[in-house]
Amino acid sequence: MRLYAYYPGCSLESLAQGYNLSTIEVAGALGLELNEIKDWNCCGATAYFPVDELLAHTLVARNLALAEKDGMSDFVAPCSACYKNAYFTNKYLRQDHDLAEHINYALEADHLHVDGSLQVRHLIEVFLQDVGLEAIRRQVSRPLKGLKVAPYYGCQLLRPRKDHEDTEDPRFFEDLLSAIGAEPVPYASKTRCCGGSLIVTNRKAALDMVRILLEDAAAHHADVIATVCPMCNVNLEVYQSQVNREFGTEFSVPVMYFTQLMGVAFGLRQDRLGIGKEMVSGTPLLAFAEASK
Amino acid sequence: MTEKIGVYVCHCGTNIAGTVDVKGVAEWAAARLKHRGVIVGREYKFMCSSLGQELIEKDIKELGLTRVVVAACSPHLHEKTFRTACERAGLNPYLCELISIREQVSWVHTDKSAATEKSKAVVAGGVERVIYNEPLEPLMVPIHADTLVVGGGIAGIQAALEIADAGYHVCLVEREPSIGGHMAQFDKTFPTLDCSACILTPKMVQVGTHPNITLMTWSEVEKVDGYVGSFTATVRRKARHVNTDSCTGCGICWEKCPKKVVDTVFEVGLGNRKAIYTPFAQAVPRYPVIDVENCTYFKNGKCKACQLFCPTEPNSIDFDQTDELVEVKAGNIILATGYDLFDATRIAQYGYGRLSNVFTSLEIERMCNAAGPTEGRVVLRDMKTAPTSVVIVHCVGSRDENYNKYCSGICCMQSLKFAHLIMERTGAEVHNCYIDIRTPFKDYEEFYKRVLEEGGQFIRGKVAEITDVARSADEEGKLIVQVEDTLIGKQRRIPADMVILSAGLEPRHDAKEVGKMFGIACGASGWYTERHPKLDPVATMTEGIMIAGCVQGPKDIPASVAQGAAAAARVLGKIQQGEMALEPIKASINEDACSGCRICNGLCPFNAILFHEDKMVSEINAALCQGCGTCVAACPAGVISGTGFSDAQIMAQIEGLMLLNVGPEPVAA
Amino acid sequence: MTEQFEPTIIGFTCNWCSYRAADLAGTARMKYPPNVRLIRLMCSGRLDPTFVIKALASGADGVMITGCHPGECHYLEQNYKALRRYHLLRRTLQGLGLEPERIRLVWASAAEGARFASEVSSFVEEIRALGPLHWGSSNGTGQPVSATQRGTPALQEVAA
Repeated sequence: MRLYAYYPGCSLESLAQGYNLSTIEVAGALGLELNEIKDWNCCGATAYFPVDELLAHTLVARNLALAEKDGMSDFVAPCSACYKNAYFTNKYLRQDHDLAEHINYALEADHLHVDGSLQVRHLIEVFLQDVGLEAIRRQVSRPLKGLKVAPYYGCQLLRPRKDHEDTEDPRFFEDLLSAIGAEPVPYASKTRCCGGSLIVTNRKAALDMVRILLEDAAAHHADVIATVCPMCNVNLEVYQSQVNREFGTEFSVPVMYFTQLMGVAFGLRQDRLGIGKEMVSGTPLLAFAEASK
Repeated sequence: MTEKIGVYVCHCGTNIAGTVDVKGVAEWAAARLKHRGVIVGREYKFMCSSLGQELIEKDIKELGLTRVVVAACSPHLHEKTFRTACERAGLNPYLCELISIREQVSWVHTDKSAATEKSKAVVAGGVERVIYNEPLEPLMVPIHADTLVVGGGIAGIQAALEIADAGYHVCLVEREPSIGGHMAQFDKTFPTLDCSACILTPKMVQVGTHPNITLMTWSEVEKVDGYVGSFTATVRRKARHVNTDSCTGCGICWEKCPKKVVDTVFEVGLGNRKAIYTPFAQAVPRYPVIDVENCTYFKNGKCKACQLFCPTEPNSIDFDQTDELVEVKAGNIILATGYDLFDATRIAQYGYGRLSNVFTSLEIERMCNAAGPTEGRVVLRDMKTAPTSVVIVHCVGSRDENYNKYCSGICCMQSLKFAHLIMERTGAEVHNCYIDIRTPFKDYEEFYKRVLEEGGQFIRGKVAEITDVARSADEEGKLIVQVEDTLIGKQRRIPADMVILSAGLEPRHDAKEVGKMFGIACGASGWYTERHPKLDPVATMTEGIMIAGCVQGPKDIPASVAQGAAAAARVLGKIQQGEMALEPIKASINEDACSGCRICNGLCPFNAILFHEDKMVSEINAALCQGCGTCVAACPAGVISGTGFSDAQIMAQIEGLMLLNVGPEPVAA
Repeated sequence: MTEQFEPTIIGFTCNWCSYRAADLAGTARMKYPPNVRLIRLMCSGRLDPTFVIKALASGADGVMITGCHPGECHYLEQNYKALRRYHLLRRTLQGLGLEPERIRLVWASAAEGARFASEVSSFVEEIRALGPLHWGSSNGTGQPVSATQRGTPALQEVAA
């Protein structure tokens, strides 16, 4: 059993509970042990960095320090924003001794110390690199045959560039969806920003960005949009009705977490995957997938 | 015997004198290195001037100097100047050393006293070294009168014709079945809008019929041996499966061939050819070749239609023909192998290869060409619909930190040309999305103005994305070009039927390997390195190998022609002289002391070291030796000496640089 | 107040690439410290390890060896031979009690003037931090080095 420091992040405790549940279930099915970091704190998401960079880094670094304290080598985050923050804070800690000194000075108050020795990974990376498509395929008992899925990478998973080479037309999400039997649709907007927290500060601008994503998915007759980030998921799903009101559109595209789709394909119980709480109902479609085997 | 050394320190105006106390250095050398043999130390404003040189010549004649040290600019600039001056005065030129206190001292250091102290050390190094210099005579090598030109594009064609017209023999080797290069693919050439084939084909025919040109197409150079004046190239003449002695180029074979193949080379994938083919109608030579990978006979033994219908006696089709290896002897080689187009699929957001109506510049050239796959009609990928709105994207893969940083030079004019031709032929609305409009040469700017007046629309902005995802009714069924119009400060989405990517020029994908074969290097961007970027653009560091055309860097047709002619002129000059002086920087083995360990044998990439089994000693062929000195350093017994850079000279230079043998301060009188 | 130690470094350049890179640094007026004194060889392959020993024994505090990038040697592959010698030389010098960091290998093409200048600058600082070698009786300034300042006995044996 491979061990990982698991950082769920705030959203997974609230709006994105389905993501948390399905992640744990699917990881278990794949033989990965996710050790939730004890007493983790918020990562600051996209809001804190513009306020105070040093404090924001320190906030993130505390989580890294906790994971290091547990003797972990891999830090896994299912949320793209948490992932991006942890990745870069970790990287800067290694490169900038000055920053590391400042941060550790603050962390001392909590008897913590951070080295920057962790490998920060996004959940989807861990599935693809550590488990691999073959092993994932073997777990599939109910291939999602005929289910058209729009693979929404979102932006923070890929940009700013981390380890991935391709930020324009990556294919790994499509490969994963194919491995669980689904049919990924061509989705040109797959790496476009969903607006993120702009939905709070400049709703109209963000709704327009969401509209573009929904339009593209609908144009390709996607049955569901698969996401890798709770912020993206919320913007696409929770605000879908507002998009309709604002632009006079009639979108009704279910938005689900990729781990939920994986769970269904693995034959796991839907209630254990947090399915059934969607605002735009996805259950009938997944039932369709079940029936068609 | 102590040598009589003259030290000359140049001011180079204020280039050196502004930072280094040149007078002080000259005086220091005369005083503190007197015991080492320095009998005169002078300084002068411009040593390389005739007056400066005369100073040296006078001292050699009147003071009987046996060694000369000049502290000035880089030896790459004026070593020859000063050595020739010494020769004029009767001193062997190799007894003169030029050491740099400009590029390597005055221009790079700000602390004047440190720069002056370093200059003294550099001069001392030169003095100690020159004591051990030996009088050398250049090696004369004969120049074979034949020339090998590799690459049958416009640059190679021009070079070959110039040499052949001057009465000397040329072997022109071309990889494709016909000469013509990229220029043969173009429709009209800017700025005159001359038909490319019309101006090219007469030259091609001249090459094909010239008594002094041996044309080898469908051939590649595989190996090059030798050195300037006597190269031997091994050329693989690939099997055409057509007997060129009897073939008349009548064309019946390719007419009757049932196998259609997508032509990815000449037609850039837009059109077809047959399995037996010539790349285009005006091919020179007119003999076809069989594409064995697609020929039905070669794949499963059936068909043979070409052979069946071939009217010549004897039959010109020869399925059993094999590749032939031919040795070509040449005194000089000109490399003119051209460029490859940037692969636009690398820029995923432009959709080339994914969105069907996104085209590259080369595809549009073929489309516009009256002999091309659409007979000159500008149409969409369906081969019938004319576009009503076209966007031309500049700088695709060029001027781009992510791909190629350089400017490809010709794409602005090419894009303007397309704008003009498309507006003329289809009446479509044409937008050019550019970063800058680069139209520097004769009549180029006027052409730009013309296109503006004809109604071409120009948007200054680098295209962000080309997509087929419509956001409004107007955009349905179109390609949308998303670009920031920087001059009005707004984002624009331009619906177009057709998008043309002006892809940049890149070095050939095998340029590095080919360069290695000929012994020349590629620069940082992959283009071959010229001897001097400003003053010697067609020569390379390897004597006897010239470069011409786009191999040296992106350029238009007039520049390629000029370079081809320039390379030819250089070659003709060498052939005229009949022989050439090679720098006598060579290694040689003291036969008596050689123990035959053969460690040196494997170190020479030029195969200049032979081993004599009978005498159990190694010997170096002075003509093949390039003078790198690796064997000199490697010999464990130290019996290989390298003239010009001997152990004694270098050890002495080290001592000099470390100021080990400097005399004491003269006692004040 | 003690004066800052100014190292003396001998640099070996190859005629085709690195010497031209040094020239380019000059033409572009890039600035670097005056502590490096260059010797031109035709090729980095000419570098005899005894040259390096000689330089150090003559009072140099460091030696820089430069040449064309692998694959770009004017004589095709001789810089690979220089590379082999360099590695062996480092081990040998280490055995004599010298810091292997006192010699550095830099590949620079004729177009890399800026890189040449920056490599020289950083090497000078590294040698400065290592301190004077004082092998032999000179330190490159023409002033003799006192017996108390000289290097380890092992080095003196070799230099003798």
